[in-house]
Amino acid sequence: MSLVLLLEQVLNGLQFGVMLFLMAAGLTLIFGVMGLINLAHGALYMVGAFAAATVAGLTGSFILGLGAALAAAAAAGALVEVTVLRRLYARDHLDQVLATFALILIFSEGTRFVFGSFPLFLDVPDWLSGPVTLPLGIEYPRYRLAVIGVGLTVAAGLFWLIAGTRIGVQIRAGEADREMIAALGVDITRLYTLVFALGAALAGLAGALVGAIQSVQVGMGEPVLILAFVVIVIGGIGSIRGAFVGAVLVGLTDTLGRVLLPLAMGPIVGTQSAATLGSALASMGIYILMALVLLVRPTGLFGRV
Amino acid sequence: MRVEILVNAALACGLLAVPLLAHVMGEPFIITLATRAAILALAGVGLNLALGTGGLVSLGHAAFFGLGGYAMGVLAWHAQMFTPMSLFGLELAGTKSMPVIWLVAIVAGAGLSALIGFLSLRSSGVYFIMLTLAFGQMVYYFAISWPAYGGEDGLSIFVRNGFPGLNTLDPIQFFMVTYVALMLVLGGMALLRRSPFGLALAAARQSPARVQAVGVPVFRLRLVAFVISGAVTAFAGALFADLNRFVSPTMLSWHTSGELIVIVVLGGVARLYGPVAGAILLVGLEHILGGVSDYWQVFLGAGLLAVVLFARGGLIGALAGRAVAHD
Amino acid sequence: MTDTVLEVRNLRKAFGAIVASDDVSLDLRRGEVHALIGPNGAGKSTLIAQIAGGLRPDSGCVILGGEDVTACDTAARARRGLARSFQVSALAMDMTVLENAVLGAIGAQRGVWRFLGSALGDTRLVMPARSALARVGLAGEAATRVADLSHGQRRRLEVALALVLQPTCFLLDEPLAGLGADGSAEMTALLAGLKTQAPILLVEHDMDAVFRLADRITVLVYGRIIASGPPDRIRSDGEVRRAYLGDAA
Repeated sequence: MSLVLLLEQVLNGLQFGVMLFLMAAGLTLIFGVMGLINLAHGALYMVGAFAAATVAGLTGSFILGLGAALAAAAAAGALVEVTVLRRLYARDHLDQVLATFALILIFSEGTRFVFGSFPLFLDVPDWLSGPVTLPLGIEYPRYRLAVIGVGLTVAAGLFWLIAGTRIGVQIRAGEADREMIAALGVDITRLYTLVFALGAALAGLAGALVGAIQSVQVGMGEPVLILAFVVIVIGGIGSIRGAFVGAVLVGLTDTLGRVLLPLAMGPIVGTQSAATLGSALASMGIYILMALVLLVRPTGLFGRV
Repeated sequence: MRVEILVNAALACGLLAVPLLAHVMGEPFIITLATRAAILALAGVGLNLALGTGGLVSLGHAAFFGLGGYAMGVLAWHAQMFTPMSLFGLELAGTKSMPVIWLVAIVAGAGLSALIGFLSLRSSGVYFIMLTLAFGQMVYYFAISWPAYGGEDGLSIFVRNGFPGLNTLDPIQFFMVTYVALMLVLGGMALLRRSPFGLALAAARQSPARVQAVGVPVFRLRLVAFVISGAVTAFAGALFADLNRFVSPTMLSWHTSGELIVIVVLGGVARLYGPVAGAILLVGLEHILGGVSDYWQVFLGAGLLAVVLFARGGLIGALAGRAVAHD
Repeated sequence: MTDTVLEVRNLRKAFGAIVASDDVSLDLRRGEVHALIGPNGAGKSTLIAQIAGGLRPDSGCVILGGEDVTACDTAARARRGLARSFQVSALAMDMTVLENAVLGAIGAQRGVWRFLGSALGDTRLVMPARSALARVGLAGEAATRVADLSHGQRRRLEVALALVLQPTCFLLDEPLAGLGADGSAEMTALLAGLKTQAPILLVEHDMDAVFRLADRITVLVYGRIIASGPPDRIRSDGEVRRAYLGDAA
């Protein structure tokens, strides 16, 4: 495996990681601030992708599509929060798991009802397509590079929001002590809806960006959701920094694992079994990583003990 | 409490009467539905020990369900293909005998749940839920990428496995096998819930600190409960695969895990017969609503939401009122 | 030497810059009530947690019945004879009073690994449970759900659950917490009768109860013991008065 190919895979892993971060950041914020396990986050990812595909298809503008993704996901999120999730904050985890599982069913089948079972396509816009030549002679898709850029920018923006703004202070305080900030006069209800909508928008953005690389179809959010959960467990639930580190770790482990493990298995078990064994191990790789992290630090890398 | 016993009796009798009636009337499809309900109920009964009594929200129980299914699939496949398995250098023939398959499924289920439980139970709350989810996914992806047993396409078994003295191809006889299994396990669970072990497990759900303070090791307690739970669900998985004569990674998916939780909660979490009510409800809804609309899962979702928000005790809770302390 | 049932030596516990336990040593002798007092934030809860087993000290050791139990968890220490009650009642709320007491009996008899026989139908478990409930005056509430009990009744159940373990020593964390005048008097009388069974390490804020019950008092301030001795000496100790009792004591 040449250095160039390896570096390409590293970039792919970074791109995957950055998209996972968008999902994980929302999830970890929602859990950190509201104490809510949100299984329906994948549905919001899907909503974003579908909105982007639809609007981009109608208007021909990718940017408008992205905007639609943000708006639709945030709106869906806010709607769900106000009507359903609000009643669940005081409930136990089982109720939250079930209610959000129910939401998945409703969203998935509802989307299938509206759009059918066939995938939609979201095209990479012309001004972002084609390769870019990087140092060392690596030819990398411009779009993926842009995705990495967007992801890193959003990450920076989130860090600034949490660390440097008033809303950020409220969020951090809310994570530390929910009852206290209510007692201090912060409008909890509005804060929660805002946080949820923010998380939803991030998920929708991720869905739209990935939708151009893969296809847009019902159920696309679920594999990503599970990975996002793994990310926040590794990173520590409630920590944005943890979500970022965890996401990059998971993205790199998964991508590089899929490429390197079959190669590594070759000399050991022979090329025939190597592909299968390598691929099987790669799928399990991140879960093994998660188990290892939790063995050493039971609340994740940056989680509060 | 007495109302609950009546409800339980009604469920047990109803689950028996309907397929018997269908047998007499020559409607084998109804018998199959009832069998499906009985098996899913059994899977739910397994989960309910961990989830209901123990308060352990396992979002990865499909791992045990599917493992049981694959135990059946692998053993029966080797038997029907007349090719032995090589396991650790040994050549083992497959088998199509249900009792043997069940034993393997139960042992395998216990083994996997011991491993997953050991790793997950040190964490609590959300971390536990996520860990069980992730381990379930691990098993799922492993099954998909291992091509020897069908990978994503799964394994088909040509003929239902055999039980000594019975013709398992006859729907009503196979139903009776599953029904008796369900009743026996329910009986065992009833005993378990009343026992010191069961009392301590239920107490640990409500106050782990208290249980520790009286000298009972909570981790070990929960681990044993988790192992029993996984073993029972694996048993159900083997039966399920036998019913469909097919096993695939879908049995290991997290959707299946979710369905198992739905079955337990719809019927009434922590109630002895909760999973029975839930399974009957789910299979019934699947059948009735599925006939009405292709998108019936939206209604299932809406119904589930309604139950969670407004009718927390599930069906049995609605019928029998709040659970009184153990009798 | 055999008079000392529970001993804590040079316990130290720090959370970052905050030293919650600063070289704390104390002991509990047969037949006594040893009260531990101190202002809020003194580190009493941290100390209790280290003695009961929920928190591992940075250094120092906990010795129960002559055996070093520093590495043992809460359940192991309970099995070795340490019975504790909680400041915030830790009870199985959906279960009845009797079921909670039977749980205690199950723990005391190492009987949790019984999977078949009915717990409530087992006289070996029910008799000691009922007996402990009778000692605290809850015999009549055996069939009541804990969630339906009054606060005072729950505090008494906490004591019953310590009793049923037939322990070698009691570790009681603010048993009078939240009790009114009547409840406090009842609880004080109850605790007075307890010390014949086993010595009590009593953490309390209620000074009336402390001075009525204690044979020895230790005062903890900012993680350090500033005084330890018989009640009269403590009552007149200048440093203690300044730090905690106020000059009106």
